[in-house]
Formats: sequence, structure tokens, C-alpha cells
Amino acid sequence: MSQGGWQQTEQGHPWEVHRDERRSRLRSYGTVAALVALFIWSYRGSEIYLTRLFSEEGLGQILVYVKGLFPPDLSRGVVADAAYGAWETFAISFLGILLAVVIALMLVFFASRNLVYSGLLYELEESGRWRHMLRMLPYLAAKGVLNFLRTVPEMVWALIFVFIVGLGPFPGVLALGIHTGGVLGKLFAEVLENVDPQPIESLQSTGAGKVQILVYGIMPQVLPQFVSYTLYRWEVNIRMAAVLGFVGAGGLGQRIHIAISLFLGHQLLTLLIALYVLVTAVDYLSAYLRKRLL
Amino acid sequence: MDLAKRQTSLFPYVFGILFLIALADSWQRAEVNPLVFVEKEGREALWKFLSGMFPPDLSWTFLSFIVRPTLETVQISVMGTCIAVLIGFPLGLLGTSTLVFRGILNEAEVAGSAVRWSLRFSLYFLARAGLSLFRCIPEFVWAFMFVRAVGLGPFPGVLAIGVAYGGMLGKVYSEIFESVHTGPLEALQSTGANKLQIFFYGWFPQILPNFVSYTLYRWECAVRASAILGLVGAGGLGQQIEISMRMFNFHEVLTLLGVLFILVAAADTISAKVRGLL
Repeated sequence: MSQGGWQQTEQGHPWEVHRDERRSRLRSYGTVAALVALFIWSYRGSEIYLTRLFSEEGLGQILVYVKGLFPPDLSRGVVADAAYGAWETFAISFLGILLAVVIALMLVFFASRNLVYSGLLYELEESGRWRHMLRMLPYLAAKGVLNFLRTVPEMVWALIFVFIVGLGPFPGVLALGIHTGGVLGKLFAEVLENVDPQPIESLQSTGAGKVQILVYGIMPQVLPQFVSYTLYRWEVNIRMAAVLGFVGAGGLGQRIHIAISLFLGHQLLTLLIALYVLVTAVDYLSAYLRKRLL
Repeated sequence: MDLAKRQTSLFPYVFGILFLIALADSWQRAEVNPLVFVEKEGREALWKFLSGMFPPDLSWTFLSFIVRPTLETVQISVMGTCIAVLIGFPLGLLGTSTLVFRGILNEAEVAGSAVRWSLRFSLYFLARAGLSLFRCIPEFVWAFMFVRAVGLGPFPGVLAIGVAYGGMLGKVYSEIFESVHTGPLEALQSTGANKLQIFFYGWFPQILPNFVSYTLYRWECAVRASAILGLVGAGGLGQQIEISMRMFNFHEVLTLLGVLFILVAAADTISAKVRGLL
């Protein structure tokens, strides 16, 4: 406690300062205690056996496993298969991100408040209560759909679509597209809500209609960010596309799944290398596109 | 001149053509067939799934049965994030060029000593390579490999999240560390503070807010991830989702998705609250 805290200050009574400080200190103690409790609870619940992991046997097991991976199987058939799988994964992620953009663009204009019912575009309209509510409906619906799409993980979407359309890469595309559509929709909506109102206002003052404002005032502002977010999500998706195969949705994941299940260590390493190359290539491609397009 | 350059640039055409080729090729390769949903078989499966989901299974036996996996999901995410920080923080420190081999903290020591410089650079390079290896392999693959190495249960899930997220955290941490303002560090140095003092009084306060908020963000992701890692046998809700899906008990799937939704929303709220405290 510093000396200053006790002296009469202009901001308030000294005792109040004192009490505030005590409360905040109590709160930080409380937070720390809660964190420690959470940690202990989690530690016990997740059946961690560090002793077992770092015992000679555990480490030995891992070491044997890792040793079993080397050297990678570079025979022609395996490499060709890995390359084919990588290509398929690329296709899944590419179509997935396109589908996601389509879904997001379909929903996002309803899911941003300033385009649907409030703000600059609507300040002149007489705001009847019912009218306002009616305008909020599509907003809430679009938000709800986006939330739903986003909350169900890709993997679960993949399970569902494998059931509906059968095995193969197509359910992977659908799963990625739908989940990422939800994510992109949320990100796009945030971009749209943070749009700079000045161009809109000047367009409005020239008598432009709402569609014109959208096309000339809003889209030019948000498009670069849309592209940038899309590329970023693509980088995430390529990783996800690679593992969707675990539930039967094709690509590298399927091959990795088989290789791990059958203890084909050397092939597994080849596939992991292919995955690494693919992910890195997409990262570079997306960085390049970002530089060129923006 | 800029305008002329832009007009002669072939980039838009090349990009457009490549895009179309990639689209056509991917369309074929991914066996895209939107008609599946209209065909009888697909329609029936879709209907079976949708109608099977309702009503969700809210029976007491099922709900009490999934309490344990739900809690386990939370526990996996917390421990996984802890391990990720334990991996990511030191490697992130080593992977920060301004802390390891260049910048104001090191300029006096490294100058003129090529050996010292290259030693430090190789340390930096190794840390970066390790991080990139950790994060390049998806947590799913890690989980599957750890299941093989340490057996079924939540533990492989913890390790998988720890390693994969450790790689991601480490990379972002090093970016945070690199964006530290050198002004306060220099000021401290000029008063004669040693490295540890500079670290605690000049450097640490600067990184703390970003550090905490990014870690929390990753924890949110970890909740999601740990919920599905169960698909490969790493405990948590995912295992149950897969079982229900494979048994065609879609009303259970809906319940599980509802629980997952609540879990993720709760994690979002908590981390937003904590971030607000900062």
C-alpha cells in the first residue's frame, strides 16, 4: 500500500480508494485460487501419468515408435499414392473454401446489424416498432444459422455427411465448406459492421439507393478484408482437410489413418512429409496471393 | 507509369485461368455430386438423419451418462493448454530473434564474435523448426499417434493438444515478443539494469496482455478440439458422438451437439470475461 493511497485526494474519499484496492486484490487472489483449483481438477481428471510417460518404459515405447518411422518409404508406389492423396486434399480444401465463401456471402448481408435494421442506412426511416422487429428477424435468423454452422465441428459435419452422401472426398468438401462458411460469415459480418460510415454518408447525400450504396460504398471497403480472411481460413482448412479422411472423407487423412492403424511406420512418415509440403506450399501460395490481390 | 504497368500485367488473366483449371480439376477429383441430395438414396438418408435427430434424447440415464465425458473434455482442454504454454513459451523465447541473437539486448555481446552469433542463430533456428514441426502435424494425427504410444483415454488427448497447440502458441508468442517496443528496454539498460531486470520490468509488462489474451483464445479452440479428439479414442465428448453416430442414434447426437454448443459458448464467455479483466 503506497503512502499516496491514504491521503485525501480529489477523486474520492481515501477510505474508498483503500476499499477498492482491497477488493481488487481479493479478486486477483480469488482468480489465482480458482485457476489453481481448475488446474488440479483437470490434472486429476485427465488421467495424466507423467511418471508413466517419462518412465523408461513409456519413453522407450515412444522412442521405438519414432524409430519405426525412419526411414520414410520412398518407393515409387507409396510416393505416388501420397502425392495423389495430397492433391485430393488440396481439391477438398479448395472447393471447401469456395463453398464457404458462397455460404458466407449469402448470409452475411443479413447478419450485420448496420445493413439490416440499424445505423446510418435506416436513421431516416420512421422507426415503427413492428417494422423494426420485422427487420430484426432476418438478422437473428442469419446469425443463428451462422452460429449453428460454426459450432458443429468439421469432424462432426464430416461424420454426418459421410452418412448422407457416402464415403469419399465429397462429404469432406461439404463438411469443410459448411463449417468454414459459418466462421467466415461471422468474420465477414464483423468487417461489415465496422465499415467506415463516411463514404456511405456521402453516397447517401447524393441520393444513391441502398443497392448502390452497398456496391459503391461498402463493398470496396470490405472486399480486401474478405479476401484476406478467406485466404487465412484456407490455410487453416488445408490442415483440416488433411485429417477429415479419418472419418472416411478421403484425401491424405484416409491414408494417414490406415498407415497409423496398420503400424505402417515408414509409409506414415512419407505421408506426413507430404502433408508438411502441402501445408507449407499452401501457406506460401496464400501469402503470395495476399500480396498480389491486396 | 504505374498505370501503364498495371494495364500490361498478365496477372489477372493468369490467375483467372489457373483458378478455373483448379476449380475444374478439384471438382472432378473431389467427386462433387450435388445431385446426391436429390436422388432417392441421399434424400432418404438426409430425411432419416433429420427426423432421427428429433426429439433430442433428454432422458435422465443418457444425460447422467454424458456428464463424465463433458467434464473430461474441459479437463483435457485445460491441461492441454497448460502443456502447450509449457512447450510454447520457452520455444517462443528461443524463436525470437530480438531476444536471441540480435537487437538491443544482444548487440554488445554478439558484435564481432561470429562463433557466438552462429551458435545463437542455430538455437533460434532449431526452436523455429521444432515449433513448425509441432504445429504442422494436425492435433488429430498427434492424438492418433499418442493413442498408439500411451493407450486410450484422455491422456493422449492432452498430449496431442499440448504438442500441436504448443507449436501454434510458440509461433504467435515469438511474434508478440518481437513486437515489443525497444524504448523501455533501452531506457532500463541505460540506467544499468541487468538482463533479468530488463526482462521483468521492461519486457514482461509489455507482452503480458497479448500473451494472456492469445492463450485464452487458444484455450477456446482447445475446448472445441478436445471435444472431437475423442473420435480417435482420446476421451471426451467426441468418443460419444462417434458411438452415437455409428449406432444411428441421431437423437443422442443432437443432445451431444447441444452440450457441445453450451460448452463452447461457456468457454467463449469465460475467456471474454477474463480478457475484460485485463
